[in-house]
Amino acid sequence: MFVGFLYELRRRKVPVGAQEAVALARALEAGLHDSSLDGFYEVARALLVHSEAHLDAFDQAFLAHFKGVQDQGDTLLAELLGWLEEAEAKDLSERTPEEEAALLALGPEALRQLFAARMRQQDRRRQQGNGTAEEQMQEGQGRGPRAEGTQEGEGGRRGALKTADARLYRGYRDDRVLDTRSLAVALRKLRAFQREGAFEELDLEGTIDATARNAGELEVILRPPRKPSTRVLLLMDVGGSMTPHAHLVNRLFSAARKATHFRELRTHYFHNCVYGSVYRTEGFADPVPVPELLADCGPHWKLVLVGDALMAPYELMLRAGAQGRYTPDGVEGVVWMMQLAQHFERTAWLNPEPPASWWSPTIRTLRSVFPMFPLTVEGLGEAVGHLTRGGVRKSPTVRR
Amino acid sequence: MTDRLRRFTGTDRYLTSPALQAAVNCALALERPLLVKGEPGTGKTLLAEAIAGALGTKLLTWNVKSTTRAQDGLYVYDTVQRLYDSRFGDGDVRDIRRYIRFGPLGEAFRSPERVVLLIDEVDKADLEFPNDLLHELDRMRFRILETDEEVQAQARPVVVVTSNNEKELPDAFLRRCVFHFIDFPERELMQRIVRVHHPKLDEALVQQALDVFYQLRDMTRLRKRPSTSELVDWLAVLKSAGVQDLKLDATLPFVGALLKREQDLLVFHESLAAGRRPRA
Repeated sequence: MFVGFLYELRRRKVPVGAQEAVALARALEAGLHDSSLDGFYEVARALLVHSEAHLDAFDQAFLAHFKGVQDQGDTLLAELLGWLEEAEAKDLSERTPEEEAALLALGPEALRQLFAARMRQQDRRRQQGNGTAEEQMQEGQGRGPRAEGTQEGEGGRRGALKTADARLYRGYRDDRVLDTRSLAVALRKLRAFQREGAFEELDLEGTIDATARNAGELEVILRPPRKPSTRVLLLMDVGGSMTPHAHLVNRLFSAARKATHFRELRTHYFHNCVYGSVYRTEGFADPVPVPELLADCGPHWKLVLVGDALMAPYELMLRAGAQGRYTPDGVEGVVWMMQLAQHFERTAWLNPEPPASWWSPTIRTLRSVFPMFPLTVEGLGEAVGHLTRGGVRKSPTVRR
Repeated sequence: MTDRLRRFTGTDRYLTSPALQAAVNCALALERPLLVKGEPGTGKTLLAEAIAGALGTKLLTWNVKSTTRAQDGLYVYDTVQRLYDSRFGDGDVRDIRRYIRFGPLGEAFRSPERVVLLIDEVDKADLEFPNDLLHELDRMRFRILETDEEVQAQARPVVVVTSNNEKELPDAFLRRCVFHFIDFPERELMQRIVRVHHPKLDEALVQQALDVFYQLRDMTRLRKRPSTSELVDWLAVLKSAGVQDLKLDATLPFVGALLKREQDLLVFHESLAAGRRPRA
């Protein structure tokens, strides 16, 4: 019965599947929803949604799927009243046993008054946002006079449909696909550890080995702790033709920033091609001259460039000095690029343009300078593989 | 099935919303871990204490750090102690079991009664950490490789996992959890929460403090908006200092208890300088 609702959720990109459906069924079987729409809302939300980014979509789906239910309840009530009148009008012999029982228990007038009172109460409750379709149906079906008022006294609580309608979670919606995780997982392979610093960690294997060699006399071997050793220099092309790719680049950037396994991560910006300087901000303020950058970052830094490498061919040939200004006696842009490529042992260029369009002349030129990979999860994986090739230095061990 | 598990409705010290109650009851009934997210200071960690209190069970806490491995939660084989004993002759080193130290998850499984296990700040750990726990949380059992013994939960512990969203959690892990996002309490609930913590505080002061607090939260430029725990602390400070009268201006007393970031304090003073009203 709630399966349609699940498909409504899937249509709104909330990832629910069989596992969630089974869990929900078990919860309903256990009666956790208290046979009310409000209860169902809370239970379904706890089980079907796994991230606050989906809460808004859930509310919308709930609204779309269950909005009619309350009106149905009203129609049902009207029908029941009609049924009562009909039953009264009938002769005794024509009444069904149920009708007979209902009329006998209270008498027709009392019964109608009860219904009217119940309906007013429902109206009032609905105004407080607390009426639920199922309650109405149950009470409408006449669980007997003594059932009255059992579900009273919860005024002020927000009804499910009203909650859903308020869309409180709109702010948590995150339509940038929440996929930094896959990028982060790919980047994670870039980590490398090196033992350095004071000798303060117990080398268990070494100790056992040394102790055995020492005929059981305990000999403790210490070694320096493992520390992350990867330093990454990220240069990003921003503005112009890169603007359509901004969301993708942002995602990569946030994944890189969140990665805790880099010893150091420096991020600089350039436009189209590096001309003498890169910049600390996206607005091209605070320039860092390339020679200074190369002096700061040793050859073991991993250089990652992100850009579409699309520009007018002459832009590769513009001459610029180390201050980032165009001067006739400066160096061509592409030569600055080659300097970067030569300085670093490992470089990779991530290109958000699909590889099919890599025939463009400037991309071809830069591909001959840097190994280029598409900016996709797979491409990033390949780039990381390329960056880490060469292995890590052996760790030192000493005896104490 | 539900009768065995009493319904959770909060405790005297911990007030809940119907949504949170539903989430906790789902987790209890379906025996799934409960994943709680929300702004820092909205009582994620306290929830586990409240559940343990309501169920009358023991609470085991596993504080996750960036270096925590899944294995640490199960057990650690204390080789160093064994090596030490073998040299200095304390006890029987042949019995490897003496050197198995159980972690919080291992203890929770071994406990003869049901316990509440809090895995606090699961997002602090490595990306793969939640994945490494999938099997153990699902089957509630694990094997000690050194002794080839299997530890199986005698009573499935109630697992509460909290996350501050520093890292995204893997889908496979999320699918197994009951999820709840703790909303920031609305004024009415907040008033009740404040009452629970400071029952004797002057009503007028509480109202003024709440006014100021919600105005502060509306300042959009703040990086870390103050939350429940900050409000409760702040009121404690106000009470002990005997403050009688409050209004939102640059001389707000003990604002440091509400705003913890230097930038936020700067923003605060900037937007309230020269008697301006804060821009929402």
